Amino acid sequence: MSEYFAPGHGACPGCGLTIAVRNTLEALEGKVFVSNSTGCLEIISSMYNRSAWGVPYIHSLFENAGAVAAGIEAALKALGRKDEGHVVVFAGDGATADIGIGTLSGMFDRNHDVLYICLDNEAYQNTGNQQSGLTPPGANTTTTPAGKIMPGKLGRKKDMVSIAVAHGIPYVASASVAFPMDIRRKVKRAVEFEGAKYIQIHCPCVTGWGIQGKDAVPLARLAVETALYPIVEFENGELVKVRKIKDRKPVEEYLKPQRRFRHLFRHPEGKKILEMIQKIADENAKRYNLDI
Amino acid sequence: MVKVKIGLGGVTEPLVSKNMKTGDWGTEYPVVDEEKCTACKNCEIYCPDGCIKVVEKEGKKVAVPDYDYCKGCWVCFTVCPADAIKMEVKELYKVEVC
Repeated sequence: MSEYFAPGHGACPGCGLTIAVRNTLEALEGKVFVSNSTGCLEIISSMYNRSAWGVPYIHSLFENAGAVAAGIEAALKALGRKDEGHVVVFAGDGATADIGIGTLSGMFDRNHDVLYICLDNEAYQNTGNQQSGLTPPGANTTTTPAGKIMPGKLGRKKDMVSIAVAHGIPYVASASVAFPMDIRRKVKRAVEFEGAKYIQIHCPCVTGWGIQGKDAVPLARLAVETALYPIVEFENGELVKVRKIKDRKPVEEYLKPQRRFRHLFRHPEGKKILEMIQKIADENAKRYNLDI
Repeated sequence: MVKVKIGLGGVTEPLVSKNMKTGDWGTEYPVVDEEKCTACKNCEIYCPDGCIKVVEKEGKKVAVPDYDYCKGCWVCFTVCPADAIKMEVKELYKVEVC
């Protein structure tokens, strides 16, 4: 395995982000221009004189990774340097669903030839677990603390995959670090399309979720097996592939090992939230026809 | 005194994170049972730090962890299908209670 992302970066032991990043770069054989928004990935990999990147890399601001990538792509096109590599964006879930959704939508709208990868660890983990648009309901974060007044986050997880599909871009998919070969296949498939592509990768966060490194990959797998994180693939707006689930598990199995959900099992309103999360899982299974 | 050359717009050399040896972070480290290892590359694909690699050793392909960078996160242990990886506590953290 040649090196596009070096060891020695500052990620927590068991971090899911770097599994996704390493496999993406490996799938594209390092022929990439990376644009990165502010977030965990930027903090751990681009400290001054401690850069982990072996590929061209640019970090600008929190909100404009999509716009920066669009600029790189337009410049490469204008200079006639089209075959030098793919423009790839790595952005966190906050940068994708909350702060950067404006420039992301603009990039989709102009249909730049960019692969946008959202590394979804379900909160602003870089600043210490604040809720984002992609935080699941019931999660205890520092901005939605579980206690007498509220039982964790009240809203739903924003459906970014559907938002991306609604833009009419050629390729949209979701993936999970529990299945790295699936990430590689999807990345390779995505760059075959001309235009904007979006892949959302579920990445466990050891500190924010309150888990140990040894739980990271099994929990990511459980999120898929409980249908809370459906693995889907859209080509030209049509659903072409889903990861089917054999014997769908109850959501409690996924929620129980995590510190951010432990209050649900003793909070007076916890039962209601658990039922709501199970309902979301059932809806996902029905919508994408996940059960065998 | 440490001299740091500052480039235009904070540009750094590629792959210089290798200067940061993260091997002393963890309390445990993986030990590969070379008899059981089937060189399936699962650990290599999953390792968040890219510090376990399948290499040829005495005519047999086995996974070899790089202890300079391994943070002891247990990911390779959980994904090994052949149970070839064992986690052992470092000598430094073996405390005897007397």
